[in-house]
Amino acid sequence: MSPRAQVYILAALLALMGAGLTAYKHFQLGFPLLPGEYRTVWTIEAKVGFDAEGGPVKAALTLPRAQRNMEVLGETFSSSGYGFNVIHQDDEYRAVWARRAASGAQSLFYQLDVHQTPGAALEQPLDLSTQVTKPFLGAREQEAVRLAIFSLVDTARERSSDTRTFTSELLTALGDTRNQDRNLIFGYYKNRSLVDVALLVLAVADIPAHRIRGLYLEDDRRRLDPEDLLEIYDGKRWVVFEPVSGSPGVPKNFFIWQRGGKSLLDVEGGRNSGVTFSVISNDVPARDVAMLSTSQEKEALVDFSIYSLPIEQQSIFKLILLVPVGALVVVLLRVFIGLRTSGTFMPVLLAIAFIETQLLTGLSIFVLILILGLWVRFYLSRLNLLLVARIAAVVVTVVILMGAISVVSFKLGIEQALTVTFFPMIILAWTIERMSIVWEEDGPYEVVIQAGGSLLVAVLAWWVMTNRYIEHWTFNFPELLLVLLGVILIIGNYTGFRLGELARFRQLVR
Amino acid sequence: MQLPSFLRGGLVSPFTLRKMGVLGMNARNVRYIARYNDRDRYPIVDDKLNTKRAAKRARIPVPELIAAFETQPSRARVMEVIGPLQQFVIKPARGSGGKGILVIVGRDGEDYLKPSGAHVTALDIQRHVSNIHSGLYSLGGKPDRVMIEALVDFDPIFDKYSFEGVPDIRVIVFRGFPVMAMLRCSTHSSDGKANLHQGAVGVGIDLATGKSCHAVQRGVRIHKHPDTEMPFSDLVVPGWTDLVKLAASCYEMTGLGYLGCDIVLDRKRGPLLLEANARPGLAIQIANGIGLRTRLEHIERMDIEHFEKNVDERVEYSMDYFASR
Repeated sequence: MSPRAQVYILAALLALMGAGLTAYKHFQLGFPLLPGEYRTVWTIEAKVGFDAEGGPVKAALTLPRAQRNMEVLGETFSSSGYGFNVIHQDDEYRAVWARRAASGAQSLFYQLDVHQTPGAALEQPLDLSTQVTKPFLGAREQEAVRLAIFSLVDTARERSSDTRTFTSELLTALGDTRNQDRNLIFGYYKNRSLVDVALLVLAVADIPAHRIRGLYLEDDRRRLDPEDLLEIYDGKRWVVFEPVSGSPGVPKNFFIWQRGGKSLLDVEGGRNSGVTFSVISNDVPARDVAMLSTSQEKEALVDFSIYSLPIEQQSIFKLILLVPVGALVVVLLRVFIGLRTSGTFMPVLLAIAFIETQLLTGLSIFVLILILGLWVRFYLSRLNLLLVARIAAVVVTVVILMGAISVVSFKLGIEQALTVTFFPMIILAWTIERMSIVWEEDGPYEVVIQAGGSLLVAVLAWWVMTNRYIEHWTFNFPELLLVLLGVILIIGNYTGFRLGELARFRQLVR
Repeated sequence: MQLPSFLRGGLVSPFTLRKMGVLGMNARNVRYIARYNDRDRYPIVDDKLNTKRAAKRARIPVPELIAAFETQPSRARVMEVIGPLQQFVIKPARGSGGKGILVIVGRDGEDYLKPSGAHVTALDIQRHVSNIHSGLYSLGGKPDRVMIEALVDFDPIFDKYSFEGVPDIRVIVFRGFPVMAMLRCSTHSSDGKANLHQGAVGVGIDLATGKSCHAVQRGVRIHKHPDTEMPFSDLVVPGWTDLVKLAASCYEMTGLGYLGCDIVLDRKRGPLLLEANARPGLAIQIANGIGLRTRLEHIERMDIEHFEKNVDERVEYSMDYFASR
């Protein structure tokens, strides 16, 4: 295979790999392709309150189970003075707070951050009992209620074809205040909620059912009580019903806390216990959400990447990852334009310094150091020093100049100039040395051309590297470096003319 | 594509250039240098001391080497070498683009004289030697070696076409076949240097006859030397066939497929190989007013038996085929 074909195949492979990884990270892990994308993160706080009786206290709160359309990004428990642990019991997780002695009003908090993702809320099949316990309705005083329930069941059965439509019909009837049977039942079960009554009637109709406890996610809600949904078994699968409307399916913004099972809260050694919830929504950068959700799943692509580094190193890498982009700019300008610079990649280092110092400050500091350095260098050249010693002397001079610039500008109140330390000193010293040679050999005109070319490339590289899209992509999708590598390989095969050559060879055409 | 008017005056279409067979820098690097020049042959041309040794072995005449300093010489050692000399040239072995070459044409008491008449002290020379050694002029700043050469006793034939400087002839040799040649004449505005971008005149030389066929200074066609007012139409390089043969034989010496040979004419010894270049520039196209690519592609398309020809046959072929018409 010819080297040219190899280059194209390699470049295509690299680009494909980079683009594939990027697509995976975007579509599967939820990393945003564009900067400034936000996701809504719900912070749900459960407050357990009770009055302690002075003796030992134990409070157990059922914790929400994993849900497919809700991603739990993090959870915190506050339990001052209480011993705390999470136990796994009967397919449920429960938070248990315990204390030897407590009295007075107690508040315990559990807080979690969730993020809604598309997908079905619950998974089938679930290992829930489909056994129906028939309620006892044989007492004499229950005669009327029993008949009313039977009547409701019969009417609903007549008006439906299967378990689902039956449940819908039943829930509609239970919500209809003009229905005599319904009013009679609710008159008897005064303190029962709609779901309680619905469960009772369903049990009579021999349909397995249980309640689902949860919350509607709405912004800035406080002191919420948990809401109930109804889940029935239609012979094949479990179906969720919203009890008030009687429509099947989990409501869109419903956060399921507990499915079936026992009580939500058990308190031993306390009275007047209760759980209240509050919900707040925050807009969080999409990238942070993706980071949080992947960090829990230990996604290899993220876990073995720069994100696993400490934050400080990450910010260094943020800068380092921009270097290839700068290199690409240099390649483009040299191969397609034909710009002359002093030192091939010196402009990239300069551009990185500009990122830290801001452009105008950086430019003026660079030009100032270059001029002063050249001036010192011309004097040094008259002292007949060895080259290494002379460059070392220039390095020292550059450092002194940097220090002087910092101090003087600080005293003058120009704080940006303090960033002067970001300039690569050795590179500056070499640049000064090279420039002075160019000056001696080719004259000051060539110095201006080369320094100007370097500065132009540096400014262009700076401009590209500070682009917020470029910054976002290089840091969040380092895989794109493979694409960039492919592009550079292909450019390396370019045999066309440079822009400068179109002017250089124009005499040949005439 | 319609270019903006301010660019149109200065730019030509890349398609026109391509049609004219002009070779661009990228095409030169990828299609010719990378393909025909083996990296392991580079040291022969990149280090002028190596070139000299290889040329000696291949019986190619070169300017006489007076001394070479492999390591940093003491001041006494430098003075010991240059003390008795009237004329000499100090060069870095691995310099690029003619950088770091110091030419001394005479003495004035304790001082040395440059071609321009400027004075140079012994101390300046010592510093220059030290700079070369530290790698100031070499690619990548690597430590370098210093060579002191005898000044070529230039054939006076070019005196009228050169101002203060060294006229040399560049021949591009592709796979052993000379393809194009030019004479570089220094001018007052090039400060005695033979670099075209510094204002030297590039004179295209007809490969068949050694006569000037085209001359360009700073991209503009000229007919007379700007300083001496001599018309280039009278210019003929003496001993042209020998010179072209010398260039063609550099192919065997270096093993480089795409090669630029810099040759000077000595009054007594005839053509001498000054240096060979594995990355020869493209200005030769401007000097000749012709593109290189057509010629290179012609050689690439030739039958395999052509590449078994000896130097004389190759030169004969090139002189016949690449004659300017």
